[in-house]
Amino acid sequence: MDFPSVSLGPPIAKRLSRLDVQIEANRCLNCYDAPCTRACPTSIDVPRFIGRIATGDLVGSARTIMDANPVGASCARVCPTDQLCEGACVYNADHNPIRIGDLQRYATDWAIRENATLFTAGPPTGKRVAVIGSGPAGLAAARELARWGHAVTVYERDAAAGGLDTYGIVPFRLPAEIALWEAEQVRALGVEIRTGVTVGRDVDPAALLAEYDAVMIAVGMGAVPRLGIEGEDAAGVWDALDFIRTAKCGGDVGRLGERVAIIGGGNTAIDAATCSRRLGAPSVTMYYRRGAERMTAYDFEIEFAQLEGVEFRTFVIPKRILVENGRVTGLELLATDPAGTARPLPGTECVVPADTVILAIGQQRHADLLDAFGVSHDVNGIATVDEAMRTNVPRVFAAGDCTFQPGGIDAMVVDAAQRGKDAARNIDLLLRAEVR
Amino acid sequence: MADLSIELGGIRSPNPFWLASAPPTNSGYQVMRAFAAGWGGAVWKTLALEPIVNVTSRFAGQNIGAYRMAGMNNIELITDRPLDDNLREIAECKAAYPDRAIVVSLMTECTRESWHELVRRCETVPVDGFELNFGCPHGMSERGQGAAVGQDPELVELITRWVKEAAHVPVIVKLTPNITDVRYTARAAAKGGADAISLINTLNSLMGVDLDTWLPIPHVDGKSSHGGFCGPSVKPIALNMVGACAKDEQVGIPISGIGGIADWRDAVEFMLMGSTSVQVCTAVMHHGFRIVADMIDGLDNYLDARGIASVREIVGQTVPRFVDWNDLNLDYKIVARIDPELCIRCNKCYIACEDAAHQCIDRPADPRLAPVVDEEHCVGCNLCQMVCPVENCIEMVRVDAGDTVHTWREKLTSVP
Repeated sequence: MDFPSVSLGPPIAKRLSRLDVQIEANRCLNCYDAPCTRACPTSIDVPRFIGRIATGDLVGSARTIMDANPVGASCARVCPTDQLCEGACVYNADHNPIRIGDLQRYATDWAIRENATLFTAGPPTGKRVAVIGSGPAGLAAARELARWGHAVTVYERDAAAGGLDTYGIVPFRLPAEIALWEAEQVRALGVEIRTGVTVGRDVDPAALLAEYDAVMIAVGMGAVPRLGIEGEDAAGVWDALDFIRTAKCGGDVGRLGERVAIIGGGNTAIDAATCSRRLGAPSVTMYYRRGAERMTAYDFEIEFAQLEGVEFRTFVIPKRILVENGRVTGLELLATDPAGTARPLPGTECVVPADTVILAIGQQRHADLLDAFGVSHDVNGIATVDEAMRTNVPRVFAAGDCTFQPGGIDAMVVDAAQRGKDAARNIDLLLRAEVR
Repeated sequence: MADLSIELGGIRSPNPFWLASAPPTNSGYQVMRAFAAGWGGAVWKTLALEPIVNVTSRFAGQNIGAYRMAGMNNIELITDRPLDDNLREIAECKAAYPDRAIVVSLMTECTRESWHELVRRCETVPVDGFELNFGCPHGMSERGQGAAVGQDPELVELITRWVKEAAHVPVIVKLTPNITDVRYTARAAAKGGADAISLINTLNSLMGVDLDTWLPIPHVDGKSSHGGFCGPSVKPIALNMVGACAKDEQVGIPISGIGGIADWRDAVEFMLMGSTSVQVCTAVMHHGFRIVADMIDGLDNYLDARGIASVREIVGQTVPRFVDWNDLNLDYKIVARIDPELCIRCNKCYIACEDAAHQCIDRPADPRLAPVVDEEHCVGCNLCQMVCPVENCIEMVRVDAGDTVHTWREKLTSVP
């Protein structure tokens, strides 16, 4: 599909100059059993891809990256590298780690620009796999399975593939074309990606189980839950993911007004805040129920939001949304326990004016879909999987956000990709045993 | 402030830093700039009775990683300017900087008359010495000059003698490294009466091949020929040859060291190995004449820190320790020790030892811990220390008693 190219201002990631690349790539020590590789959830062979940049083997470099991480181009933009590869670089002894993320972006940008063919499909095994969801976990699984010769069909409810990477991350952090290129890489291996199809509504789970040799559930998460407070249905109240999706797709978010209030402290809340600023809102404030150190957004995201002019108020929780003529006019807040329990303190009510309120307090799970497959899940709707990403239902696997506990350190694009790979490997083991 | 002045075979200069005969000494304009920057001497770009024609596209650099010009190769020949123009500019430079050494590099056809004529004409201006270019490996050697002469000890001796017959100033013979044993031509120069030798000239080289066009680098209208290689990469070769001549009793004349000298540290090494002056080209071609200020400063501070009054005192100090392998102590034993505090856990030492040395560095199961040397099996090869990116992290520690000396030569002679 044609996806509108919306940038909302200059990208966060700066393109390295040729000189920067040459100096930085040659500065890498080529460590053995390198800590950067160990720190990468997908185990990208970092010294190898950097060394290939240094010798001008850019296709080899891009292949090294994308082999380990089917969404390596997206990860070069969204990974918290200071906590992963760059945080483990031995040069941290001198506080000057190799700019691994920038180099990874350089190599993958080259592959995108040159339209390089990095991988080919394996000889057909005759086995068929359905993957539900084309986000990082689904794409990673589909890519691996196709390379091993299995016939893969991906079911995607949205009009375009890529999931969160395409729709849920602000374009100046991750342009849609990057995630769409990654999906195209998978499609080029013969994977059929059926977009605009919702499993459980348009397709019967039982039919999938009957038709395919294995099913992989990688549906991610759903809408932002309701706060359950007064005024939540007024005009000007947004689900943060709807808000970002609308803006990224070039849609009309309407009048934001003078003051935008964001409820939440995660990366999506930051994205909604910076997105609001770039859409022209003069005043954007994030309201968070605990101290700043408890915010789940990455440090570099918080720093970026500060640079973009976003303000922060911590230890507050919304009590109700003030509405006039069906439209938001303000927020009534309660202070919370300074100890950080998020417990509201009665009698501390105060009102702040707001023209738009964006909720980013986590996401609901697709428990109904899991139920339709008979897949066990916990009370929050998080699928239960074993170390091989198997669910309780034979031949049904799950990976990605639909299996991650909230607030866990692993709720990242790069982790979803790795879990997708893990699931694919175990599906392959299962199917290959049957081929013999 | 230490005394940096030197005297090489009768040629004096206020410091040991000379420009080698090369593109930076092609003109009076350049030599004036060099002297203004502080160079103690300059060996003028090789003069001949008649100018030659140079090609365009002349140099190529060897880049290692992000480091540019670790070496360079050139196919430029000697001066392509008229002799009288060069001589006039030499006179101007000497008048402006009477305390600096101006040595004129010479090359001509292999006849007594030709050499006498060239010397005679060059002595019409005040030069401090001559350097006979017996080393240029490319182009001129195909005309029976340069390295074609310098590879034949008899010709070296003969031409040196011809020049000494005519010259009134000291004569240095510049030697080519493109020879099996440089001592033979060095001895020939001494026998012919040379006042000093200079070495090394450039090494035969081909810099590269273009991966897109498959043309050699550099190319002249699609073709190339071998050139002369110089720069930091050649330093170990030059240092060895300088040392070989310095310790050879049959050579016995002073040495001007050349080959990859880029800073004061290189200069000190060449002087310890027997060079009285040092000549520089590639570093100037890379950074300009201004580098001499840092060379003078570094050398001066080095000597002051050691209480050495004159740079002449260090010349040749290391030569007695440059011996045959047969005279090395087989009882001497060192092992590597890794400082876990300084170690940054790159594991370069581990994989180098494991794959390329003696498998005696162990990695603890916990990757947060530093590798450890198995000292019992360590042969003290230094490889781990060489690959370690952290200064002083790996130390080579002496573990033998230090009270015995046994050499291979002894074993050879003790056999009945």
